[in-house]
This record gives sequence, structure tokens and C-alpha cells, in this order.
Amino acid sequence: MRRRMVVVEGSYAVAHAVKVCKPHVISAYPITPQTHIVEDLSQFVADGDMNCEYMNVESEFSAISALIGASAAGARTYSSTTSQGLALMHEALFNASGMRLPIVMTVVNRALSAPINIWNDQQDSISQRDTGWIQLYAEDVQESADMLPQVYKLAEDEEILLPAMACMDGFILSHVYEPVILLEQSLTDEFLPPYSPEFTLDTKNPVSFGALADPSTYTEFRYKQEKAMGVALEKIEEIAKEFKDVYGRYYGGLIDEYALDDAEIVIMAMGSVIGTVKDTIDELRSEGEPVGLLKVRSFRPFPVDAIRSALKNAKIVITIDKNISIGKNEGALCTEVKACLYNTDLRIPVIGVMLGFGGRDIPMSTIKKVINKAKLVEKGIYVESEIADLREDMA
Amino acid sequence: MSLLKPGHRGCAGCCDALAGKFVLDALGENTIVVSPTGCLEVFTTPYPESAWGVPWIHSLFENAAAVASGVEVALKALGKKNDIKIVAIGGDGATLDIGLQAISGAFERGHNFTYICVDNEAYMNTGVQRSGGTPLYASTTTSPAGKVSFGNPQHKKNMPAIIAAHGSPYVATASVAYAPDMIRKVKKAADVKGPTYVHVHAPCCTGWRFEGSKTIEVGKLAVETAMWPLYEMENGVVTNVRKLKNRKPVEEYLKAQGRFKHLFTMQGGLEEIKKIQAIADWNVKHFGLE
Ligand SMILES: Cc1ncc(C[n+]2csc(CCOP(=O)(O)OP(=O)(O)O)c2C)c(N)n1
Ligand code: SF4
Ligand SMILES: [Mg+2]
Repeated sequence: MRRRMVVVEGSYAVAHAVKVCKPHVISAYPITPQTHIVEDLSQFVADGDMNCEYMNVESEFSAISALIGASAAGARTYSSTTSQGLALMHEALFNASGMRLPIVMTVVNRALSAPINIWNDQQDSISQRDTGWIQLYAEDVQESADMLPQVYKLAEDEEILLPAMACMDGFILSHVYEPVILLEQSLTDEFLPPYSPEFTLDTKNPVSFGALADPSTYTEFRYKQEKAMGVALEKIEEIAKEFKDVYGRYYGGLIDEYALDDAEIVIMAMGSVIGTVKDTIDELRSEGEPVGLLKVRSFRPFPVDAIRSALKNAKIVITIDKNISIGKNEGALCTEVKACLYNTDLRIPVIGVMLGFGGRDIPMSTIKKVINKAKLVEKGIYVESEIADLREDMA
Repeated sequence: MSLLKPGHRGCAGCCDALAGKFVLDALGENTIVVSPTGCLEVFTTPYPESAWGVPWIHSLFENAAAVASGVEVALKALGKKNDIKIVAIGGDGATLDIGLQAISGAFERGHNFTYICVDNEAYMNTGVQRSGGTPLYASTTTSPAGKVSFGNPQHKKNMPAIIAAHGSPYVATASVAYAPDMIRKVKKAADVKGPTYVHVHAPCCTGWRFEGSKTIEVGKLAVETAMWPLYEMENGVVTNVRKLKNRKPVEEYLKAQGRFKHLFTMQGGLEEIKKIQAIADWNVKHFGLE
């Protein structure tokens, strides 16, 4: 099947994908670089192209809170935010997942203040790691859009019922114009069933949401959330394949691989930097370097088993993080990959590099430098995790 | 039986329980309730039990108005019947302090819902700390009376005026001590289209330190001394007040409660009571209570 590609802004492709997913309620608050998505959605609603209620609220905190109410009332809901806005939502993110409300949100990844910076890194969503939300990271514009029906299907699965973030890198993906296929309404209707939750705020069948759980029951609520994440772990791949069957596109499920089979040096990364890594690998491979890529698509749930088996033959692992846990001098992917290898026989050195903070470019030359440094391991020199692209006057 | 079922964990004589019951008496089963964190929320829903005979949701301390607005919008979007009444019932802390921004947003957006503040004049759920609703000189655990303090130094925030300034079509004050009046006002608030507000005075025996059997008595004294004027505002204009025939001096109200006891024992306390009397006098004048 050949479908027409159009050149549109990343934000437009995402807004269009939201439209075909037919949310009943959208609530959002503008913040760069998310603004174009909500502006496009507002226009769809204003033009009558979208049959949904768009709530212009007074803050991100109220945006997510309104969706908590709307989702509990039985609506399919959508929001988008980034950076400061996501941080402002923090408390409510736990609340949404604890109440098992499958709210879907596009996070347009951006750095956090101070110093204030509107450009891309992934500190914002990574800092929400433990809020109980599913987190998938997109590599390009098409995947950012295609991720939406997938996360709706995942979040609303009655065995999962967890909120989900579809993460895309700010500006790099949100503001770029790329040829994409806009999601077809008919295919989306086929792929994504309507949302019909069993429990809602229904006056015919009154239930209570958000009760007080004491020490005799609280643990079990957390356990069930973890269980649901476990189900998501199984279904992400399944849903990605169903998506492929319907739309013909596939980006991997939990993870994806590129030149990985015989790779001795494996780069692991999330988001738009993947494209640059692939180009770098192409060049190095032509020079005979055994370099490959392991793309992490799902950060929550974290694909421990998939990563372990994908790294079976690796000699050196390099993780690229656009975030840092200050005081650990490590990004989250690095920490998690190390942890997931520990209780195994695999003893692969994991070299953490932190790059691209606050929108700093990650050119192929930087990735090559990182790979060369990692090779010191072959000489028995271990390289600790570091911020790898400091200005020369700092380094 | 009331739609707020017995067996909850409220203190004997609890004002919040009375308020919750009167709200449901007024609105009936076709109602969805949103509660922020606070006494009423905590004591009615110890999992796996719930006292609520209507759909109920508690999210956080500061977002009830936003959650309620989301419920309202969702019902609209889902094409559900629009005769369902949506009501948020929040304490003074949730309303006057931490939830004020979300309330302002919801009233500005003009959702069809009613916000009811159950004002027991402090953060009771966390142990009687002061709030923006705590009156002048009340001794609370974070504004205690002491050798150099007469208690809470601030005046109570005028929340009904803040809501009226948002253009709400109906704002009323009520008291759990005047049940028929409160029920009528809650009903009216829910019937008026748009965002409406009822601010309910709720004497808390535990926090104000009086016998649980005296909740109604203390509530009546607040009204009879003009410390709590009962009035209704429509589109920003006061349209109805409860007149006082034989107004009592504020001492009678203050004496009935432990939180003001220090004013009668500390040196200079009686002098300070004049400032509280001045508040009552202002209410009489401002609302034409006599
Ligand atoms: C963000 C946040 N801050 C503080 C608290 C702790 N807290 C829970 S209830 C409460 C006070 C509630 O006071 P109020 O709204 O007046 O209700 P009341 O219990 O007095 O009826 C506080 C401070 C919280 N739950 N969330
Ligand atoms: S402390 Fe006051 S408001 Fe809280 S349950 Fe007891 S009487 Fe009711
Ligand atoms: Mg209170």
C-alpha cells in the first residue's frame, strides 16, 4: 500500500495523530516547545474538525487535574507539556497512575530551569520516572505521531490501565519539517477500539475513587501498579506489531536494534539522537568498526530481559543520556542498564556519557569521540560516566 | 437513609459530617462529589469502605475545582445527561489557601458546578494548624497564644467576595447550625447555571475545643453575634440577609470555645476582644444585619 507523504511540522503530525485518536477531553497549558501541538489542536476544534472539549486551564497543574476528573468520568483524555509544566504536574502524576487513569500525554522533552533554557534534553520526563507512568521515547517525527494510537491502546488496556507519556525531543522533533504520513482516520478506527472503562463516576453505579489506604492495604495498591507495568511490558511489542499490521510501520517494541548482531561496541540511546547514532554507525561500519545500536523505546516499563539478551555478545556498552542525576554523575539510562546487568553472568563495561543538555547539538564527531574514549576499556582502563561534551574552556 | 452513610470515622459531633450530609440531602443521588484532601475526605473513605452513596472522587489537596471541572466537561463530551449535579466540597485550607488558583480558574471558565467550602477555620485533618480562614486571635497549633501572642494575628480571608468578583451568579454563606437554610442554599446553588459557591461555617468541636454536643449551639452563637453573617449574593449583589433581632456580644461566642480562652485570662485580652467585636460590628453595618 502506498500512501501520500506530506511535509509538515512535527507538532502538526502529532496534533493530527491526537485528532484521529478521538479524545473526548483535551486540557493543556502552553509552554515552549509544546505550544504548536496545542495550538494546532485548538485550531482543529475551532474549525469543527475535531469533536472534543478543549479546556484552556490556568496551569499545567489544573490541566492534569482536570484530566483526572475527566478520565474518572469515562472520557478519553489528552494533554501535552514539557519541562517546567511537567515538573508542576509532578504530584498529580502519581495521583493519576495510582487511580489507574489511562491519561495520555505527549511530553516534548526540554531542559529544566535554572538556568532557564527552552531547548531539548530529557531531564523533564526522566525526573518523572517513578510516577507510575508508561514512558516511550520516539526517534523521529513519524514515530512521535505513530506512538499515540499505540500508547492509547496500551494505557487503556483493561489489564494495564496506566497513564502514558509519549516523549519526543523538543524542537529537534517538534519543530522540524519532515515528510510524514498523517495517520488515517479509518486505520486508526480499526486499530484503536473506543475507550469503555468498567468503573467511572456513574450515578447509576456509585463508586469512590481515591480512598485512604492504610498500611494494611497500601502495599497491595503499589504491587498492582507494578503488575500492570509488567503486563505493559508484554503488550508493548504486541501492540507495535499490530500497528505494523494495520499501518505498515514498525519502530521496535520495547527496544530496537541496528547493526547489533555482530556488534562489539553497542551504543544505547533514546529519542532523536538515534538518527545521528545510526549515521555514525554507517560510517564506522564502512571502516570495519563493529559498532551497533540498541535503541531503548520503552523506559517505563524498563525492558530488563530484552536488554540482557540483546547485549549478550557485546564487549563494551555506551549509554547516551540527555539527563543527569546530579550527585551521581550519571544519567538514568546508564544507571538502569548497569543495574539490569548486575544479577547476570554478563560483565560488560558500561560507559555512561551525558550529552546534549539544554539543546547542545550532538554531532557525529561527538559520538565518534565518545566511542574512541570507550575503547580505552580494551586496554583495561575503565572510563567512568561523565558529561562528555563540555566546552573547551571548562574541560 | 442519608446518602452519606453512617459508620464513618468523624469525631462525635463533627461539623464536616453534618455539612456532607446536608449537601447530599439537598442534591440527592444524581450527584457527583469531588473532595480535596481534608477531614471529610479522610474519615469517609477508609479503604475498602466508603460512606458515599453517590459517585465520589478525591484527587489531591489543591485541585478539587480543576477535577470537578474535568468531570463536568467529560460528561458534556460524552453526551451524558446534563441534569447530573457536580459539587466540590472542600475545607477552608483547600479552598482559601492551597486550592485558590484552581478555583479561580474553574470559576473563570464558567463550569456548571457548585463549590462548597466547609469552613472549620483551620487545617483540622493535620491537627488544627491555622489557615486563611482562621479568625483573628484564634489559638491554633501554628498560631498558638503565648506570653507574647494573642494567637492568630491575621483576619479571616473574605472568600465569598473573591468568588463574587469572578462574576459567579450565586454566592451564599450558610452554617451547619441552620440546616434548612443551608439545604435551601445548596439546592439553589446547584440549580443556578454556572459556577456557584456556598461558604458553610462549620464549628469543629475538636479544633475549637468545645463539647461535641455543642456544635449547633456554637454555630448559632457565631450567627447571633454577627461573627458569621448569613447572606446570598446574586450576580455580585447581596439579595438576602438573615436579620438579627437581639444581637449578642461576641464574648458569648468566644467564651464557648477553648481556642479563644486565652483572651479571657491573658493580661490585655479583654482589650483585644474589642477588635473582634469591631469585626462583628462591621458585618452588621456592611450586610445590614439589624
Ligand atoms: C500538597 C499538600 N500539602 C499538605 C497536605 C497536608 N494536608 C492534608 S489535609 C490538610 C488540611 C486540610 O485542611 P482543610 O482544607 O481546612 O480541611 P479540614 O481537614 O479542616 O476539614 C493538610 C495541610 C497535603 N495533603 N497536600
Ligand atoms: S477534627 Fe473537626 S472536622 Fe475533623 S473529624 Fe473531628 S470534628 Fe470533624
Ligand atoms: Mg479546615
